[in-house]
Amino acid sequence: MRDPVVRAAELAPVGARRRRMAPYLFLLPVMVFLIAFYYYPFVKTIVTSFTVTDAAGQFKKVVGFRNFLMIFKRKDFLPILGNTLRFVPMIALPTLLLGLLLALFANKRAPGVSRLTETMFSMPMAIASASAALVWSLIYNPVVGVANYLLGLQINWLTDDRFAMLSVAIVTVWLQTGSNFIFLLTALRGVPQDLMESAMIDGAGGLRKFFHITLPMISPTLFFVIFLDIMGSFQAFGQIRILTQGGPGIATRVLVYDIYLEAFMNYRFGTACAESLILFAMMLMVTLIQFRFENRGVHYA
Amino acid sequence: MRDRAPVWKSIIGVLLGLVIVFPVLYAFSISLMPESFIAAYPPKILPSAPTLENYAKALKTAPMLRFVLNSAIVAVSIMGVQVLTSSLAAYAFVNFEFRGKGLLFGAVLATMMIPGEAILISNYLTVASARLLDSYWGLILPYGASAMGVFLMRQQFLTVPREFREAATMDGCTDWRFFWRILMPVSMPAISALAVYCFINTWNQYMWPLLITSSVTMRTVQIGISMLSFSDGMAYGVIMAGFMLILLPSLVIFILGQQKMVSGLMAGSVKG
Repeated sequence: MRDPVVRAAELAPVGARRRRMAPYLFLLPVMVFLIAFYYYPFVKTIVTSFTVTDAAGQFKKVVGFRNFLMIFKRKDFLPILGNTLRFVPMIALPTLLLGLLLALFANKRAPGVSRLTETMFSMPMAIASASAALVWSLIYNPVVGVANYLLGLQINWLTDDRFAMLSVAIVTVWLQTGSNFIFLLTALRGVPQDLMESAMIDGAGGLRKFFHITLPMISPTLFFVIFLDIMGSFQAFGQIRILTQGGPGIATRVLVYDIYLEAFMNYRFGTACAESLILFAMMLMVTLIQFRFENRGVHYA
Repeated sequence: MRDRAPVWKSIIGVLLGLVIVFPVLYAFSISLMPESFIAAYPPKILPSAPTLENYAKALKTAPMLRFVLNSAIVAVSIMGVQVLTSSLAAYAFVNFEFRGKGLLFGAVLATMMIPGEAILISNYLTVASARLLDSYWGLILPYGASAMGVFLMRQQFLTVPREFREAATMDGCTDWRFFWRILMPVSMPAISALAVYCFINTWNQYMWPLLITSSVTMRTVQIGISMLSFSDGMAYGVIMAGFMLILLPSLVIFILGQQKMVSGLMAGSVKG
């Protein structure tokens, strides 16, 4: 029999090494996935954007910045970029406003039915852009749809280039308002009651209370949902593909849709990757602006 | 106690709610109408003689149940894998001090900055060269980890008192046992928030399954239903019946899990 103290001393380094390795082992699965499906493809997208590939995506040759030059030389690229940018306020503004109004409305719990109204207000959140678009394509149908019927109009919602973008935007707003509502409602309920009460004692009216207490208190959430809305508008795809296929002409073709066409219809993976990087740069800018606001312009409790 | 609003507010609330969910109610109503009734002018809002024939037709013309099965397999797998990978990683970040911790945490969070669109094409090419196109693996593997999940689980684990782990270690409990026997069970609310979020996102996926599936039997619900509409002469009643069928699972999960998901997401996203 060996001395138990000596045995413990011999074993200690093994235990210590296991303890040292443990965190890396816990991290291993996540890192494997993130490297394989985020970091590696991101680097590959950058590399591919400087190359020409064959139709199967296999590397053919390096072309430097030619893909980017070709994109900016395309006659339809600026209109597509314009569509993408025009789409942002068309979605973010109404979504935010509707979400906020609904949240203000639901903030005071109504007797009996508050859970029901909250679920109804937020329900479109649970619906996919693709299947929502199917329902809306029926609503927009100029003959049998209810949109024209209820509004007493004769509009070709999806095939008239004056209305196509608006139609797609309405569906997108419908899809996104629910999440804005939920986030803002939760924020409103987090505003301390005593702040409101002391303001009331000071004789502040409803509007004053809203602009001086409520709005500053929920501003972090406000900026967060604006950020979500902008990102959502950049990423709209399912509804566009199903409602308009980017048409009529290129009236509703946005960057994401053009990337899809370029890669999977034209099999030009190089230029498609270059376009993805342009989209990435736009989203990165929005993110950086969001961070600046988060750090400076916003009141945190 | 907050003061209660009057009854008229409840009524307005329900009416507003009905306006918002109108497209869904409308789809349901149309799904119960015979085709001749849908095509008649002026458009009808309610069926005069409700019928289930559109549902029968939807199930017959497309393998709707197969689409539902495919989506369920993919959504549940992604849900399980993401909860597991996220929790393990979060455990490392919360309970260990180690070299490169800050850097690795930054590396996880940085993937939130990479939008799906910037990696989609490359992931497609990866999956294609691994010969995983048109397979469950191809649908599941790219979504095995998410920074959002790691972040949510980390926020949760931070709320578990340190004494728990200290007491467990004193009793000779290993990290592995502590993680499974104590930490995961007490974290069920956060886990279910992540699970609901994950399930609905996957159920509603459109672009990725559109790109990588090609055979009818591998289609997921969103692709299956939109294929219904692209096939010639497909009637609106049948499409709306299909829509209702695939909406049901996600709607049930949303209604059951909404509150949890919201509180979970709020804890993670706004207050950093």
